[in-house]
Amino acid sequence: MKAALSFLTPRSTVALMACGVALLVAPFVVDRYTLSIILLSLLGAYLGQAWNILMGYCGLLSLGHALYLGIGAYASAVLFVNYGIGPWASVFVAAALGVAAAAVIGWLGFRFRIEGVYFSLLTIAFAEIARIGFDNWSFVGGAAGFFLPVNAALADQWWNLRGGPFFFYYLALAMAVAALAITAVLRASKLGYAFLAIREDPQAACALGVDINRTRFLALFISAAMTAVGGVYIAFWTNNLFPAQVLDTSKSIDMILAPIVGGLGTLMGPFIGAFLLVPLGSALTDGLRALGLNAPGIKALVYGLMLMAIIGATPNGLWPWLARKLGLEAREP
Amino acid sequence: MSLSLYVEVLIQGVLSGLVYGLMALGLSVIFGVVRVVNFAHGEFAVLAMYCAFVLFGLAGVDPIIASLPLAVAFFVLGYAMQRGMVQPFVTRPQHEQFILLVGVALVVTNGLLLVFGPESKHVDLPYSFDSYTLGGVLIDKVRVYGAAAALVATAALFAFFRLTPTGTAIRAAADNLTGAAVVGLDVKRLYAITFGLGLACVGAAGAIMMALTDMTPMLAPSLTLLAFTIVIVGGLGSMTGALAGGLLIGVAEAVASLVVSPAIKSMVSFALLVLVLALRPQGLFGKAES
Amino acid sequence: MTAKTGWMIDRRSLLAGASATIAAPAVVRAQAKSLKIALMLPRSGFFAQAGQSCYRGALATPKVLSDLGYNIEIVHIDTESSNDVSRTQAEKAINDGAQCVIGAFESGNTIAIAQVCEQRKVPLVCNVASAPQLTSQGYQFLVRNFMTGPGLVTNGLKLVAEVSKAANMEFKTAVFMHSNDTFGTAQGQAMEKIFPTLNMPFKIVESIAYDPKAQDLSVEVTKVRGINPDLLLIVTRAGDAIKLTRDMVRQKFQPKAIMSPGSPGLYDQEFFDAVGPYADGFIYNLPWFNVKSQMTQALEASFKATNPKNRFDLDGFNAGFTFEALLIAADAFKRAGSGDGETLMKAIKATNIKDHVMIGGPIVFNEKGDNPNIGSASIQNIGQKPTVVYPADVAVAKPILPFPAWQGRK
Repeated sequence: MKAALSFLTPRSTVALMACGVALLVAPFVVDRYTLSIILLSLLGAYLGQAWNILMGYCGLLSLGHALYLGIGAYASAVLFVNYGIGPWASVFVAAALGVAAAAVIGWLGFRFRIEGVYFSLLTIAFAEIARIGFDNWSFVGGAAGFFLPVNAALADQWWNLRGGPFFFYYLALAMAVAALAITAVLRASKLGYAFLAIREDPQAACALGVDINRTRFLALFISAAMTAVGGVYIAFWTNNLFPAQVLDTSKSIDMILAPIVGGLGTLMGPFIGAFLLVPLGSALTDGLRALGLNAPGIKALVYGLMLMAIIGATPNGLWPWLARKLGLEAREP
Repeated sequence: MSLSLYVEVLIQGVLSGLVYGLMALGLSVIFGVVRVVNFAHGEFAVLAMYCAFVLFGLAGVDPIIASLPLAVAFFVLGYAMQRGMVQPFVTRPQHEQFILLVGVALVVTNGLLLVFGPESKHVDLPYSFDSYTLGGVLIDKVRVYGAAAALVATAALFAFFRLTPTGTAIRAAADNLTGAAVVGLDVKRLYAITFGLGLACVGAAGAIMMALTDMTPMLAPSLTLLAFTIVIVGGLGSMTGALAGGLLIGVAEAVASLVVSPAIKSMVSFALLVLVLALRPQGLFGKAES
Repeated sequence: MTAKTGWMIDRRSLLAGASATIAAPAVVRAQAKSLKIALMLPRSGFFAQAGQSCYRGALATPKVLSDLGYNIEIVHIDTESSNDVSRTQAEKAINDGAQCVIGAFESGNTIAIAQVCEQRKVPLVCNVASAPQLTSQGYQFLVRNFMTGPGLVTNGLKLVAEVSKAANMEFKTAVFMHSNDTFGTAQGQAMEKIFPTLNMPFKIVESIAYDPKAQDLSVEVTKVRGINPDLLLIVTRAGDAIKLTRDMVRQKFQPKAIMSPGSPGLYDQEFFDAVGPYADGFIYNLPWFNVKSQMTQALEASFKATNPKNRFDLDGFNAGFTFEALLIAADAFKRAGSGDGETLMKAIKATNIKDHVMIGGPIVFNEKGDNPNIGSASIQNIGQKPTVVYPADVAVAKPILPFPAWQGRK
């Protein structure tokens, strides 16, 4: 546990606690619009953290994480609507199914030594196959979508994840913090060092006695399971699922922008990235409308330019640079 | 169903496949030499389609003929892009290239949306609706013209790489980068030329596609995925592979539509992709990495 | 312009902490003379084309409504066809003082907004969105002035039988083609359930779902040609309707009739632009604007003034329903005399508007929040113009069947 906390300097402890307190009291201070943006940022941070375990620590670039998100979302939604099984039970099923899908990809990828860009394209292929499959699978509604009941009778069944915005806000906060904790513990563990060894040099890691395939499988499983759990949240929060939204490649891309922009393989990267990109998107919408420039498409255009600028200016992401500036630097590996 | 239907569908697959192949060729050439995966490939194809659309609207140029000037224009665009933007990213990790090109893709798609709006665009050619009948088999005229143009463009690119000194130099740089630098080749310039050639393929393919189909900016990502599938199946970095992959995917999708269901035809291409990755990760025509 | 400044002052005073604004927003709202409506449409993203069509209708609305003595203020919001954006922008709109939300064309986006509206007790009037789930989940602050998907299919199929009978046509076989997107699949599923119950005079020999993102539909058309049905039933959007038409012309495939039992695509501007004379002959059965209504004529006149580049007959479906949603809100506000959520919602539920734009009886809402009085008509493209051909009381021409030949059209 102590090792997991080794990244904290006195100064960053204070900063982290301040952020924590701010997030805890936010619902009582900010308006609902701002709250919904913070919620989306937290969700982005959580999913980014999950993806970062695979890419940031183990060096495997997955461009198809929507697959696990969609599997988790659909599994929990179908179990709830068709079989009356609540989310607290189905979250395990969702995670297990996510891991099962990851096992297939991992088996193909690692066994046949599909590496680098080929692995990335393999993940895209699987996510797309799943999207088209769900589009045509009438049991889950196909492309017409799958809907969860939202009626007032269930409104206060928080144990079935049927709550108001405060409830979902604190759930997202708890998930983001849990993901942070998992990553911190993982990073300080033997497994975490094995991840890093493989990322830096697979051959050397192998020479040191690291079982490369086993380690990669574990990274993939942890990442997939966490993403599938995020899918459960999405299902119960949005209450409607469409393959074209939840399983789309654009969703996969959305998920990985935050950790890359924030800083790959850093603990705070996914947070910084999500808390920059999500509000940036909303600020663009509002700002452009205030300027009278609300032509459709302009927001995404400016967003694209900013992505290019950010990645051009800070190759390793924002966090390493920010940490240096703020004097919060610790032993980030 | 009669045999002639199958023949027809097969021919449709081949004709479309040739055009897809040309588009994918651009992706393959860029990766083979510069080692950058152009994640904005489909977006450039759509940009070329809109250019062809504008040329047709302003000057009545047939998009298939416009493929030549557009190939030149996109060569310049690609050359400038490599020099001004992509070059610093060549040595950077793949995910950073990815973000850069996702940014480019967003700018292109939404720029087009801003200028042209969301409605699908098309050109009305005098022969748009014509078809040939050969022994009970119907073949679309415009598809035949398009495929012929794609074939010419592909042949020209092959000839360039085989017969010209620059082409040979580029192939040398692709095979052995250090060696190429040692013997004094200007690698940056070669990269820029290659990126230009890659986009020239897209420019030509996009113009041809404008004659065949309608386009909205929203369809760009699916074109990018299509190009990826073709290139992985054929072999990333292999020119013959891109062409063969285009044909294979074209035919496979057409046949799947006929015998299974049209809605799952792109699933067939992705399944093919997974199969190829598992059995021959370097693709059907790719060289195994040493 | 006034909308914007008012809004900014409001925000600034809030920021400055002007206690009056914070302490008594309800009072301020109650005294307001006009209703502040957030109109949320997918003006970019996947549904941009339809969202823009609705938007043009909204641009034409204020003039008509103010002539009728209504007073509204519209804030236009783009949902970008995304659920997340729909949700956050709904929160923002309500924060910024919207007393009523209208939207959002697409069912998923609408559900995202509905959840916010339900929690904040702000009425949501759906202009277009057909998922039955919208009104079957017990939302208290939602009404829909549109048909459900199964309703569209039921009416659409009945009209297929009636219009062909009126034109003395008999069909034995039909092929049903639908786009495999959200709407197309929902309609396909409804078709599967409803068709066997209606005792139709023909049978469906094959059902084909196609990829809406396909580059062309040549193989699909080849497949239908191999079956050679009397009747082709289609559920499309504009993009795939164009590809379908082009490939049917190229392959010289011509059934006795091509009809849509209720879908967009065949009356969109881009369809007419793309296929020109080949647009003629298609029949689609949909709720439609009533050309004979005075309010429709007023809306058309205003539409022409505000959107000189666009044709009202092509935007009329989206524009008409968007107008009616605004009308419902404005009318309820006038009766309620207050923009307070619960009061306004009560008034909306008690809506009874006899004169309006779309075909059908008075606008009223049942206990679920649906308007049961929306009527469907058969519309055929004649002379590159959507023309109501059935039923007789709203028709302006007779249906042309069998389907006119492709050859020789100019």
